[in-house]
Amino acid sequence: MSKSDILARIRNSLIDVTQDDPVLDVPVDWQYGQATAVAEPIELFIERVIDYKATVVRAASEKDVPRLVAEGLAQAQATSLVVPAGVDPAWVAQAAQAGVELVQDDPPLSHQRLNEISAVITASVVGMAETGTIALDHRGDQGRRELSLVPDMHVCVIRTDQIVTDVPQAMARLAPSLRQHQPVTWISGPSATSDIELSRVEGVHGPRTLHVIVVG
Amino acid sequence: MTTTALPHPTRRLTPAPPPGDLLDTPKFPKSVKRYLGNSQLRANLRHATGTIRAKRARVTAELSNWEQLRQAGEAIKNRTARHLDVYLEQLEANLIANGAQVHWASTAAEANRIVVDLVKAKGVSEVVKVKSMVTQEIELNEALEAAGVAAWETDLAELIVQLGHDRPSHILVPAIHRNRSEVREIFLQEMKLYGRAAPKDLSDNPPDLAGAARAHLREKFMRAKVGISGANFMVADSGTLVVVESEGNGRMCLTLPETLISVVGIEKTVPTLEDLEVFLQLLPRSSTGERMNPYTSMWTGVTPGDGPQEVHVVLVDNGRTKVLADPIGRQALRCIRCSACMNICPVYERVGGHAYGSVYPGPIGAILTPQLRGTASAIDQSLPYASSLCGACADVCPVRIPIPELLVHMRHRVVEERKRKHPGLERTIMKVGGWIMGRGSRFGAVEKLAGKARGILRKDKLGPMPWPASPWTNARDLPLPPAQSFRDWWKSGQADNPFVSSQPAEEARP
Ligand code: SF4
Repeated sequence: MSKSDILARIRNSLIDVTQDDPVLDVPVDWQYGQATAVAEPIELFIERVIDYKATVVRAASEKDVPRLVAEGLAQAQATSLVVPAGVDPAWVAQAAQAGVELVQDDPPLSHQRLNEISAVITASVVGMAETGTIALDHRGDQGRRELSLVPDMHVCVIRTDQIVTDVPQAMARLAPSLRQHQPVTWISGPSATSDIELSRVEGVHGPRTLHVIVVG
Repeated sequence: MTTTALPHPTRRLTPAPPPGDLLDTPKFPKSVKRYLGNSQLRANLRHATGTIRAKRARVTAELSNWEQLRQAGEAIKNRTARHLDVYLEQLEANLIANGAQVHWASTAAEANRIVVDLVKAKGVSEVVKVKSMVTQEIELNEALEAAGVAAWETDLAELIVQLGHDRPSHILVPAIHRNRSEVREIFLQEMKLYGRAAPKDLSDNPPDLAGAARAHLREKFMRAKVGISGANFMVADSGTLVVVESEGNGRMCLTLPETLISVVGIEKTVPTLEDLEVFLQLLPRSSTGERMNPYTSMWTGVTPGDGPQEVHVVLVDNGRTKVLADPIGRQALRCIRCSACMNICPVYERVGGHAYGSVYPGPIGAILTPQLRGTASAIDQSLPYASSLCGACADVCPVRIPIPELLVHMRHRVVEERKRKHPGLERTIMKVGGWIMGRGSRFGAVEKLAGKARGILRKDKLGPMPWPASPWTNARDLPLPPAQSFRDWWKSGQADNPFVSSQPAEEARP
């Protein structure tokens, strides 16, 4: 059995380790989950997301979201939109009036069908100011992972109270989701590559347009 | 009478890699020669490493607690390695509890067999892959090819390498040795043989080339039933796997197929989810020099209704437990494959990744490869010498691996090994040397002889010399011995040298 072989080899290799408690054996001098010194997290978040060549618009309140969604889609000439089941129907009402076809993921859309849809809208769970990162945990208002991956445009709505300073605070907020087996995706701008002569190209396989609406 | 059909000459499913085995790479000083002459490669490398170096320096300087982060990264990885058995069992239990199936592989062959069997059981003839170092290490693609399964690399650079019948030269930007017009040629020639052709009027603009890759691979993503990945981290206390990437090809492979097989080295384990906050800061800033990479995926076994409903994790040893047995050498297992040590290395910058004869090039390769593979081959014996010990790598390493110290340690191990195998040679050299130096008159005679040689050769530097001097002189010019030895000069100069006593130096010694 390879499992017992490998474990036996590990134990043999570690005969110099005499303290059985890993935490006592190697102390880690690090304060987990701390906020970092960021003066204006929301402003910094917006600045950093724009840095990644995403577009960011600000909604003073939830009331502005329907208009901003419709405008964003129109700008990108998106004609169809996947709407995960938990997304507030009000968010997409104006877009629908403007003629955007709304597509529900019920029953679950096939890869092929999804590939024909121009955009997706999702909420999010955490924003990280320092790195300009948005995290999804793919619950109802964000939909399963594939929905925010295959369409070429991702409209992502984030509330200002979801924006934290940096990675440690975000990890602290996400750990409960992960412990409940939710998958988590971190998104920092649209997909990108620097593989050819190191010249940066925005948009390879993931959505080539990331449109972020910051609410509040 | 019946005739038996002759078997078809076997046609490959994927482009053939270059012939030859990495292990047959000649020893480093020799293999370097091939690449030093390639000025295109050197120019590309200089540009790439220089650019990434500058970005890394900028974004690491942004964090006031960067040193604390590095220390935390070092400590967490040490904690994991020193209790790896405990964490692996915890990891396995959590994976199983979340619906994943866990497999253990002692060797590359065993890991390949497990993956091939799983893929065969699905009845597919094609899989899509996320860039993964460990699957390169075990040469999984070739094992799948031999079993009649086409394994497609989906990272843009890996696709360029695969379609170009080539090997990666850098772990982060594997196709850095190719320029845009070569990429265009490769795409035009090869894509049509294996799927959606590149547009006939393809330009050599990087956005157009990336667009061709997107279209070519999208077709494969849409129909893929099995995805194969590695993982940057595996979290013991939750069973979560993490993949850090840029292009979205990772998300495609992790999400669209029905079955996901993740092949991961056992050292990729970290104890807790919270530990990720350290590594997800260290890794992107050290590797691409970005504050954050575009996409990071985390998943824990099977999520009902979302992504692959059959999830396998293959835990690979393939030499890692051997590395663990050396308390100094085991520090190399902390590596998070960021490639910062490569980008800063003056040797790597000049010769590129191919010269190292391993999927792990650069400073980390020089200490890790001979530990994983052992030091039987010429290339593995020479790797610990592929460095000038300048120390730059240790300063940038996000998990503080003291690479120069490990290089010296590995040199020692190579020498010890050689002594065990050829106990006579070194002893003879030392004996002869000892005999010469043991008496001043003998040493003086040898010096005189050396001085005469200069008169005969009429130059003041020696280039490459025959064995046994060749290993040294092939890479360095050796100054010729002076016409007059120090001892002769000492004797002759005593008249006008106030520091010299009247006694001949030789007899002054006890
Ligand atoms: S040894 Fe350190 S610097 Fe080099 S790749 Fe590994 S983690 Fe990065």
